[in-house]
Amino acid sequence: MKDFVKLLFSHGMGRMGIFIITLFLFASLFAPYLHTIDPHKSSSFENMLSPPSTQFWLGTDDLGRDIWSQIIYGSRISLTIGFVAAIVSVVFGTFVGLLGGFYGGIVDDVLSKIVDFFMMLPELPLMIILAAVLGPTIWNIIFVVSVVNWPTTARIVRSQVLSLKERPFIEASRSIGASDSFLMFKEILPNVVPLMFAQSVLMITLAIYAETILSFLGLGDPSLISWGQMLHFAFESGVMARSLWWVMPPIFAICSLIVSFTFLGTAITDVTNPGYKEARGL
Amino acid sequence: MSLLEVDDLRLYFYTKRGTAKAVDRVGFRVEKNETLGLIGESGCGKTTTALAIMKLIKPPGQIVHGKILFQDRDIVSLDKEDMRELRGKGLAIIRQEAQNSLNPVMSIGKQIAEGLLVHDKIGKKEAWERAEHQLGLVGLDTKMISHFPHEFSGGMKQRAVIAMATVCRPQFLILDEPTTGLDVIVQRQLLSLINHLKQELGLTALLIAHDLAVIAETCDRVAVMYAGKIVEHSDTVSLYRKPLHPYSQALLSAYPNLKGEKKQLRSIPGVPPRLINTPYGCKFEPRCSYALEACKHQEPEMMYQDGRYVACHLFQA
Amino acid sequence: MKSFILKRAGASLITVFAVICLNFLIFRLAPGDPVKMMFTDPRVTAEQMQEVREKFGLDKPLGGQFISYVQRLAHGDLGISFWQKKPVTRVLAEKIPQTLILVITALGMAVILGVILGALAGWKTGTRLDTFIVSASLAMYSIPSFALGLILLLVFAYTLTIFPLSGMSTPASGLTGFGYLKDVAWHMVLPAFSIVMWYIGEFVVLTRSSMTDVLGQEYITSARAKGVKESGILWRHALRNALLPVVTMTGVNLGFAVAGVIEAETVFSWPGIGLLTYEAVMKRDYPLLQGIFLLFAVSVILANFVVDIIYGYIDPRIRVGE
Repeated sequence: MKDFVKLLFSHGMGRMGIFIITLFLFASLFAPYLHTIDPHKSSSFENMLSPPSTQFWLGTDDLGRDIWSQIIYGSRISLTIGFVAAIVSVVFGTFVGLLGGFYGGIVDDVLSKIVDFFMMLPELPLMIILAAVLGPTIWNIIFVVSVVNWPTTARIVRSQVLSLKERPFIEASRSIGASDSFLMFKEILPNVVPLMFAQSVLMITLAIYAETILSFLGLGDPSLISWGQMLHFAFESGVMARSLWWVMPPIFAICSLIVSFTFLGTAITDVTNPGYKEARGL
Repeated sequence: MSLLEVDDLRLYFYTKRGTAKAVDRVGFRVEKNETLGLIGESGCGKTTTALAIMKLIKPPGQIVHGKILFQDRDIVSLDKEDMRELRGKGLAIIRQEAQNSLNPVMSIGKQIAEGLLVHDKIGKKEAWERAEHQLGLVGLDTKMISHFPHEFSGGMKQRAVIAMATVCRPQFLILDEPTTGLDVIVQRQLLSLINHLKQELGLTALLIAHDLAVIAETCDRVAVMYAGKIVEHSDTVSLYRKPLHPYSQALLSAYPNLKGEKKQLRSIPGVPPRLINTPYGCKFEPRCSYALEACKHQEPEMMYQDGRYVACHLFQA
Repeated sequence: MKSFILKRAGASLITVFAVICLNFLIFRLAPGDPVKMMFTDPRVTAEQMQEVREKFGLDKPLGGQFISYVQRLAHGDLGISFWQKKPVTRVLAEKIPQTLILVITALGMAVILGVILGALAGWKTGTRLDTFIVSASLAMYSIPSFALGLILLLVFAYTLTIFPLSGMSTPASGLTGFGYLKDVAWHMVLPAFSIVMWYIGEFVVLTRSSMTDVLGQEYITSARAKGVKESGILWRHALRNALLPVVTMTGVNLGFAVAGVIEAETVFSWPGIGLLTYEAVMKRDYPLLQGIFLLFAVSVILANFVVDIIYGYIDPRIRVGE
């Protein structure tokens, strides 16, 4: 593990990604201490759409709410949804992939067909319709994002399990009478963990992305202000061209968070590649 | 004048762990209409030598010294475009595991005709007809010309590869373990096809193999390679009758003799040396049962003896 | 090849049927009364709701409802849009051509450019050109289409006023023929660009990795040994093989691609299905949303079918093997 982190830091993209993600984590953890006020709090009429100042670092929106505070508190929403939805979809996907890959036969056939079906569906329209029907709360958004994202993990884990199943150590374990659940969770699962880890990073990226788009399209949790929602309000207000301080910060925040997770993902794929160490002379 | 002459060829692979001398001071000649065999264990540099002659060495491999004269032109210093024109037309190669040498998404006919279209100024129709004829020449059904590689069996693929390599009537053909990975009967058929083609097309060839029987049947002379070096070079009959170099002896005694008396087969003890940071002295010394003190410190020079060449301290005057 | 097509067609039909089931279930199994959910307007009376319930057969058991749903669907009846007070089928039909123009242009450009750039990067692995192409595509790929769209809109339409702000053509311009086409093309630049930029990364990365794979194959070396020119190696031998996984991935990612259309159309108010989706969300027009989902899903399945056929065409092993 220590080696792994060291390797990640040896990778330019990995370093960059970890640095930016840490910044956002810091912002979301210490939000109340970072010159913020309640992001929902409107201020007086004269403070509406005011440009950046010492009082409002990034200016205010059309209801006089502080943009800086919205950005800082918004990172909590993005990261929460990202992490929770990633965990849910990776755990569920792994479970399905494990079952299908391990048992094979009809179980695998049925599960594979279901996975294929979900992978075929257009993600965004499915998320939109589910979010619209279920109602836009943060938990529903997490559910919706997970529904859309679990199949990729299931498919990847399945093929990994299929190859693991043929390895001698499984055969050996089976021959001394290990139970199915022991084989699956004690023998195979630990070997799938690195894959789950790489998948999680990808899933976080997708989940953050998904939340942002849903919110931008007006399906965000109305009791919270996320970056996507800020853009939604700005876009709907019709004055975004005259108040760039309102539009640019969320765009910048979204892009940098997503790019940093993409970088981290690329770095993980690279360093887990067997040839990486050698190429670096490590 | 020899058709092909390799002189003091050195080809190194520059890796992070060090420099691997894959081909080290290799020299030989191939006269017109002659077949030279190159024999040795896997990893001794046979294939690398073959690829060097085609100038198809990929980095980190690099020819660092020596000449490869083909019709008195030095290939090593030839520019890319001239070399490209030489490939397929002057020099051709049939590679190891030829099954993978065919492009899976191109019909056999197209792959055979491609060489003609590249080298000869002829139209598509004529190229196609000649490809068809070529297919017949290697003993394949000419109707299969528009088929794809996956529809061919292993032996048929190999025939198609031979057709592809010889379609432009190259003067020099390199056969890099042409029968590896095929079953014995197919091997036989292919060998007789190759021998037949050699006469038919008047080919000069370099045949690389680790199978002594294959060499014995096709080659006029043989060079034995060990750890990037040629250790013995002689006519085929003499080598089989009386191998000089201990490595050649070991190699021969590791193979059953189908015609002669029964004998104990012996494997060669030890493993071939790594090619990185090799020790001083004779490369075979650690595995040699006749090793002398001198073998450890000094590399033996190539010696001429009774029409044969050998690099071994046992034969140093 | 024929049996291959039939087999794929059969599989696609089954998938379409599964989509219909899902579409039906999403609304019936949602918590609460679907009719109450549909009518957020408090002025709608209980009788009116009852009327709708009967009309859609919502008072019948689930099985019966499903049969009548499928029957109506077979007649092209997707219900009435609350917001537009028109049949959903008609609302959709009016918007399909606009979306098709945008999608085909953008996707076509992204595929062609992406494959060319990816092939170049793979061909020149390890060079500066390669590093540049790959990192640029990776960055583009990570920027949400709508975020890029908003930036483009603010910079090129609002600030520099080079391109129009929204829509598909200049209103009441009276342009016809070529002039009209030019006007549409002008309006299409920004939305198409924001989609292309997003898709292209995927194609670049895919083609590149597939290209490096292929270039290591034996048959590339043996083509070189035949004396084939480098250009022939790249285009005739390597690219066609490298395209196989790209084609497969295109199929898999088509569903993902739909997102780009919805985002671009929304940002640039391009009057197609994507903008309609946004408006339907804002109006909470459920029958319309349901129709849109069905339309997108069926299009993706259809497009996947086409991709499979193309794959069969490029890869001879599929044609005969199956």
